Amino acid sequence: MSVLVGKHTRLVVQGMSGAAGAFHARQMVEYGTNVVAGVTPGKGGAKVEGLEQVPMFDTVDEAVQKAGANATVIYVPPPFAADAILEAAAAGMKLIITITEGIPARDMIRVKNVLSNDYPDVVTVGPNCPGVITPGECKVGIMPGYIHKPGKIGVVSRSGTLTYEVVHQLSALGLGQSTAIGIGGDPVKGLDHIECLKLFAEDPGTEAIFMIGEIGGDSEERAARFVKENIKKPVAAFIAGQTAPPGKRMGHAGAIISGGKGAASDKIAALQDAGIAVAATPAEMGTTLAKVLKK
Amino acid sequence: MKIHEYQGKELFRKYGVPVPQGIAAMSVEEALAAIPKVQAESGSEVVVVKAQIHAGGRGKGGGVKVAKTRADAEAAVHKIFGMQLVTPQTGPEGKKVQRVLVEQGLPIEHEYYLGMLLDRASGRVTVMASAEGGMDIEEVAASHPEKIFKESVNPAIGWQDYQSRLLAKKLGITGKLAGELGKFLRALTRAYDELDCSLLEINPLVTTKDGRVLALDAKVNFDDNAMYRHPEVEALRDPSEEDPQEIEAKKYDLSYIALEGTIGCMVNGAGLAMSTMDIIKFYGGMPANFLDVGGGATAEKVTAAFKIITSDPAVKAIFVNIFGGIMKCDTIASGVITACKEVGLRVPLVVRLEGTNVELGKKMLAESGLNIIAASDMADGAQKAVAAAGGSK
Repeated sequence: MSVLVGKHTRLVVQGMSGAAGAFHARQMVEYGTNVVAGVTPGKGGAKVEGLEQVPMFDTVDEAVQKAGANATVIYVPPPFAADAILEAAAAGMKLIITITEGIPARDMIRVKNVLSNDYPDVVTVGPNCPGVITPGECKVGIMPGYIHKPGKIGVVSRSGTLTYEVVHQLSALGLGQSTAIGIGGDPVKGLDHIECLKLFAEDPGTEAIFMIGEIGGDSEERAARFVKENIKKPVAAFIAGQTAPPGKRMGHAGAIISGGKGAASDKIAALQDAGIAVAATPAEMGTTLAKVLKK
Repeated sequence: MKIHEYQGKELFRKYGVPVPQGIAAMSVEEALAAIPKVQAESGSEVVVVKAQIHAGGRGKGGGVKVAKTRADAEAAVHKIFGMQLVTPQTGPEGKKVQRVLVEQGLPIEHEYYLGMLLDRASGRVTVMASAEGGMDIEEVAASHPEKIFKESVNPAIGWQDYQSRLLAKKLGITGKLAGELGKFLRALTRAYDELDCSLLEINPLVTTKDGRVLALDAKVNFDDNAMYRHPEVEALRDPSEEDPQEIEAKKYDLSYIALEGTIGCMVNGAGLAMSTMDIIKFYGGMPANFLDVGGGATAEKVTAAFKIITSDPAVKAIFVNIFGGIMKCDTIASGVITACKEVGLRVPLVVRLEGTNVELGKKMLAESGLNIIAASDMADGAQKAVAAAGGSK
């Protein structure tokens, strides 16, 4: 079992004719993801190298009508990404995963507003995220597939490469993953920690959860309260940015300690208060989860 | 991206947000010449001389002086211009003042706090106001959160006048002044939206005895992701306020932040870069920088990153920590080798590679003839880097 993506996923790749879109579409096909269509406005009917078997359309609507797509992944450049998300929602996509990094916050504020009013049942992941993978079934995004192993650990993370790090550590310990979700490092985004925790809590195929947070905002604090009140499965966590100076944006637009809020120490305290095992260093993420499993 | 107060006020003027009359000066001469002009325009002898640096807390450090006469104002200009201004936000070495703002003094009735920023939980921009103006708003937020009033902006319809009336009522602003506050907020919220701001802070916002509402200060930050559509804002960037290595990094689209320590870091991914800093500190070392080379880095970008790290004289060891996904380990290896050949390797280099094409990357480094300390994982690499930099402090 898994959440969000799996064998049922019929994926359309928005921006498939671009360099990033084409590269990752090939990787996803190679992994076994059912990529049923590509979309780039003006490129309908074209062939993308190495993806000749995947039909290209001008609109997401055609990808739904002609290829039966039911989920989308977006690699469209930042100036056009908000429009691409709304196009996907209008075409009836129920799952929209946006990889694009660098979308202006103003655009995402508007997108979020439209989605919550007009498309309340649409689930979005990202932007600025590595995507979602259900090992052995379906990879949607940019993560290296081979480090994952099918299993029973749910992973949710704000960071890309740090997710690879924890997955690698878990796989090395023989702990496979049910699904790994990268929610992304932007301040305005789709699924947050809490919604992912809820998905994993309800998924019979997930036995334990690893959560990666970072400085900025209060998503981790809210998630900690949620775990304390609602989740019976073991949860372990790591927070990146314990040494980050206030007022500096650490790469991710959302990773900034501002107004005295969002420091790693507050997040760690909140997690520990909720009974969550917090890894002291990023090298101990896997072993920390293994310990809570044994209890 | 940050700009100076005087630049923020110029933008405010364009949007119809009331600000005091003032003239920005880039030299002592310009500042001295500005004094009589501001006095004449405002019809008052009183002027305020304000140091223009990006850090806050300027008043506490002696960077803001109210002068009642022209002679006092001239003395203030001589004192402030060129001074090494130390504020709680500049660090102990302070910041040299190279621009000042000469501004009219105002008959202030009351000082308020006004802030605008994104509320992540609701995904909306929020206006925050408090009658406790001029104070450290973080202290107010901590000790008296009930004294901060909030109204969020609906992105579909923008700020509404009733929201201004609500805030005015809560702040105790009545009569004609409440109407002035309404105009002020309508203009300010439009500026925030159209300019892709990430933060607006006006501390203090003032009401005057002659019935006006003005922004006495202007802290304006912008969303870096949106700067591609605001060349007019990008032009306001003051390179002297930014770290030269950070400017160099920006050219190569690298995310770099200079820090105080001795271990230079090169990592792919922001989260991994932050946690690399964390693990270095855990083992007793101090990171010299945050550096994310990004997901799709080329060998050229890696070379540039390496040069930026080695140009910092405080660096005593370098820790390269890469988890290759899209970024292939051989690309990293080739960039590191090129950089070492071009600029030489004067400090120990610890490399931890994992992920795509890891064997090829390791082989390339081993055969390069460079004196590289290989690490088996993150913890091993951090410990070796700390030892190479002279041990834990």
